[in-house]
Amino acid sequence: MLAGLLLRLYPASFRAEYGDEIARIFGERRRRAANPLEAVALWGGFIADTVTAAVPAHLDILRQDLTYTGRALRRSSGFTATALAVVALGIGATTAAFSIADYLLLRPLPFPEPGRLVKLWEDDARQGYNFLDPAPGNYHDWKTMSHSFTGVEAYSTLSANLAGDTSPERLDGAAMTSGVLGLLGAAPALGRTFSAADDSPGAPGVVILSDGLWRRRYGADPGVLGRTVRLDDEPYTVIGIMPPGFAFPARNIEFWKTERFTEDDFTQRDNYYLRVLARLAPGVTLESAREEMRAIGARLERAWPKENRGIGVRISTLRDDVAQRPRRLVMVLAAAALCVLLIGCANLAGLLLARATARRREFAVRTAIGAGRERLVRQLLTESVVLALGGGVFGIALAAAALPLLAKLAPPVLPVAQAPSLDPRVLGFAVALSLVTGIGFGVAPALRACSATRLDGLREGMRAGGGRRERLRGALVIAEVTVSIVLLVSSGLLLRALMRLRDENPGFRAEGILTLRTALPMPRYAVTSTRFQFYRQVLDGARAIPGVTGAAYTSFLPMLPMGGIFPVELPGRDRASGLHSAMLRVVSPGYFDAMGIALRMGRDVSDSDTLKAPFTAVVSEKFARQYWPGENPLGRHFGFAFFDRVVVGVVADIRARGLERASEPQVYLPYQQIPDGYMTFHAPKDLVVRSTLPAAALLPELRRIVAAADPAQPISDVLPLSALVEAETAPRAIEVRVMGGFAAAALLLAAVGLHGLLLFTVTLRRQEIGVRMALGAVPGDILWMVLGSGARLALAGAVCGSALAYAAGRAIESLLAGVSPADAGVWTAATVLCAGMTLVGSALPAIRAARVDPAGAIRSD
Amino acid sequence: MRQPDPAALLPLPEAVFHILLAVAGEDRHGYAIIQDVAARTGGEIKLSPGTLYRSIQRMLEQGLIVEPRERPEPELDDERRRYYRITPLGRAAAEAEAGRLAQLVRMARRRGFAPGKA
Repeated sequence: MLAGLLLRLYPASFRAEYGDEIARIFGERRRRAANPLEAVALWGGFIADTVTAAVPAHLDILRQDLTYTGRALRRSSGFTATALAVVALGIGATTAAFSIADYLLLRPLPFPEPGRLVKLWEDDARQGYNFLDPAPGNYHDWKTMSHSFTGVEAYSTLSANLAGDTSPERLDGAAMTSGVLGLLGAAPALGRTFSAADDSPGAPGVVILSDGLWRRRYGADPGVLGRTVRLDDEPYTVIGIMPPGFAFPARNIEFWKTERFTEDDFTQRDNYYLRVLARLAPGVTLESAREEMRAIGARLERAWPKENRGIGVRISTLRDDVAQRPRRLVMVLAAAALCVLLIGCANLAGLLLARATARRREFAVRTAIGAGRERLVRQLLTESVVLALGGGVFGIALAAAALPLLAKLAPPVLPVAQAPSLDPRVLGFAVALSLVTGIGFGVAPALRACSATRLDGLREGMRAGGGRRERLRGALVIAEVTVSIVLLVSSGLLLRALMRLRDENPGFRAEGILTLRTALPMPRYAVTSTRFQFYRQVLDGARAIPGVTGAAYTSFLPMLPMGGIFPVELPGRDRASGLHSAMLRVVSPGYFDAMGIALRMGRDVSDSDTLKAPFTAVVSEKFARQYWPGENPLGRHFGFAFFDRVVVGVVADIRARGLERASEPQVYLPYQQIPDGYMTFHAPKDLVVRSTLPAAALLPELRRIVAAADPAQPISDVLPLSALVEAETAPRAIEVRVMGGFAAAALLLAAVGLHGLLLFTVTLRRQEIGVRMALGAVPGDILWMVLGSGARLALAGAVCGSALAYAAGRAIESLLAGVSPADAGVWTAATVLCAGMTLVGSALPAIRAARVDPAGAIRSD
Repeated sequence: MRQPDPAALLPLPEAVFHILLAVAGEDRHGYAIIQDVAARTGGEIKLSPGTLYRSIQRMLEQGLIVEPRERPEPELDDERRRYYRITPLGRAAAEAEAGRLAQLVRMARRRGFAPGKA
C-alpha cells in the first residue's frame, strides 16, 4: 500500500514499465529480513531510493520534452511568435497593473505591525465630510479619554525655508508630537529621537532630518548633529537623521520638528489642521475601538454642543489612507489588465487547440509506437508552459517599459519611500501567472488532443478537427471580442471625459502666466506693513520688466488643495446651517487683470484699501447671486474672516477647487487689510506674472528682483499656471493612455484570434470549398462566405460585449466627469473599430479561400 | 541504422558497467542482476531497485541491452519477470570501458600509485 504510493513518485511511463519489478524486489528483500529492525532499515532505504531515483527520472523526461519542444517550436516559428506575443501582452499588462496595485493597496507599510496603525478623523456626516482633519481640542480629548490605543499622537505637514548654512531652500516637512515616531516603531539612524521635553512649549527647537536631505545638503556628514539650522528664521538644533527607508507621512517629507500645543490650543475645536495617528492596543479590535470612539464622540458633542454639533469620530487604517479615486482607478486598471490577460489566454488556448488538431496524426503515430497518453499530455503541457514562461519574460520586459508611465498614477501620499517598481514580489507574481496560464490553458487542448488519439488519426483523408472543437474555438473568439468591446468602450468613455475636462473653462486664462512662490517666514513678516514693503518692491520690479503685462500676489493659486473656507455671516441669517461658507483668497491689486478673471461690477481691490480704510471685499458672481439674488451686491456688508466687509466689486466665478469639483463661491480680500499677526497662513505667497516672455528669460529677472527685496528669501514652486491646469487632467491623460493601450492590445488579440480561427477553418474546408467552386460558386461567393462567418462571430461578441460594456461604464461612472456611459460618439467609434478589426482579421483567410484551386483541392486527398 | 560508436558512451557509469557484467554471461532479470553484482563485489555494491531500473531504462534506449523474445529454460523461468540480454554494442562498450580502466591503472602504476605488483 505504502510502497504503491511511493512508486507513484515515478513518472507514469517508468512506473508502468518497472513498477511491478521494483515492488517485487522490495517484497523479496522484506521477506528475507531477519528481524523488525532490518525491515525498518529496508523501508528507509526504499523511501530514499525511490525519491533519489524518481527526481532524475522526471528530469530525464523533462529534458527530452524540452528538446522535443524546442525542435517543434522552431519548426513552426509563426505559431511560436504569435503565442509568445499573445502571452507577453497579457502578462505584461497584468504585471504592470499588479505592480501599481501592490504598491497602493497590498504591500505592507514599512512599520512593525502596520495593520494596527490607524488614523482618527472628525466625521461631520451632516455636511458630508467624513474625514475631516481634527482640531487640537478634540485631539486632546480623544487622547485623554480613550483606552483602545497604546498611544494617540498628532502631526501636521508644513513647508519651511531652511537657511542658516548654505543657500536658502524651501522644504516640505512635518511637525509631530514626540510620540509619533515611537508609535510607528521608527528611530533615527543617527542621533536621538524626540523626547517628551522637546514638545513642551518654550523648549529649544529641535529637528530631525531625512536621509535624503542629509545626503543632498550636508554630504552625509555626521557632524551635522548638534548643528543649528534656521527653519523659517527660527533656530533649530539637528538631533537626528532618519534611516533611508523612512517616509512619513509621505514620500516628499524631508524634515521633522515637534508639534507643540499650549493649553490655549486645546480649547480650539473649529481649527481643523491636525492628523491624528494611533496604534491599537494589544487585544483591541478595530471594531471595538470604533465603538469606544463613537461613545467618546457623543460625549464630546454633548459637552460642546456648539462647536462639536454633529461631529463624530471616524477611524481608518493607515493603509486605507489612499484616496478613493486612485483606489478605484487601480481597480479599473487591474480589471482591464485582467481582461487583456483573459483574451491572451483565450487566444493561447485557441492557438494550442488548433495546433493540437493539426498534429493529431503526429500524436497517433507516437501512440502507435508506444507513447502513453500521459507522456503525450506531459509533452504538450511542457510546450504550453515553455510558451507561457517565454511570453512571460517578454511580458515582464513590457511591464518594465510601461512602469514609469504607470508609476505616475500612484500619488505620493503613502508613507513608503520608494516609487512603484518591479520588485521580487511582482516578478514572482508574473512568473506564477505565466505558469498558471501555461498549465491552465494548456491542459484542455492537451487532453482533447490525446482523447481523440486513436488509430483513426492515422487514416488518410480524415478531416482533422471536428465540429465540437471549432465550436469551442468559436466561443473563445466570441469571448475575445466581448472583452475587447468592454475595454474599447471603457477607454473611449475615459477619453471622452478627458476631452470634456480639457474643454472646461476654469474661469481664468492660464496661458502666458508664470507663477512662483515666496513663502515669507513668520514671525519676521507677521506685521502686515513689512510684508507690504516686500510685495511692493517685487511687484514694481516685475511690472517694470519689458514684456510683462501684469503681476500680482495671491494667498494661494487656484486649484491648489488649500486656501481656506470661511463661514459667511450675514445679519439675520443662521450661521450654524453650515451652508454659508466661501473660499478665501487674499490678493494684491491687479490680480484679476493678470489672471484674466473678468471684473463684472464695481472695482478691483486697491492700494487705498489699507488697515485704516473700511474693510472691503471683491466677491464672485455666485457669491453675489447666493446672498443678494436679483439685487445690487455693491455696498452690501457681510462678516467674513473675523471682520465686517463691504462688497466693492464682483468678478467671474473660477473653478477654484479644480476642474472636476464644484467650488464654493469666492471672496477676495485686499492684501493690506489683514491686521498684524492675523491669518499669517493666508499671507500672499504666490506671485503670478503675465508676460510674453519665455519662462527661461523671465525667471532670472524675477529671482534678481526677489533677492533684492530680501536676500534670504527662497523661491519655490516655479511653474507656468497652465501646468497647474494640465496637472488637473494629467492623471486622466495617463489613465486614458494606459486604458487605450490595453484596449488596443485587446483589439489586436481579438483580431489575431479571429484570423487564426478563420484561417484554420479555411484550411480544413479546402475540399468543401473546392467542391462548391466546382459546382459553380465564384470566388466572390467564397470570399463573402468567409467574411460572413467572421462577421457572425464578431457580431455575437459585440452583442455580449455591448451589454457588459454598458455595465462597466455604469461602474466607472464616477470617473467619467459627467460623460454618459451611453455616449453616442464613443459607441459609434467602438462599433467602427470592432468592424475594422473583424475585416482585418477575416480578410486574409477570405482571400485565401477565394483563391482555392477547385481541381487541386478536390484531388488533394 | 548506423551502429553507434561505443567509445562515445565512455566513461560508463559504474552501475551500467556492473549491469553489463551481470548480463554478459546469461540473460538475467532485475533481482538476479542485483544479487550477481552483490556477490561479485563481496556485498560492497548493492544496487537499489530505483538505480537499477533507471539504468536499465537508459541502457535499453542506448541499445546496450535488449529484452529478448525467447524465455529461459522453463524450469528456470519466472514468467512474470522481465529478462535482459547484452547486445553486441553493450559488449563493445563494456570492453572499451574495461580497456579505459586498464589504461588508467597502467598510468597510475607507472607513477607508483597503484597497489599490487609495481
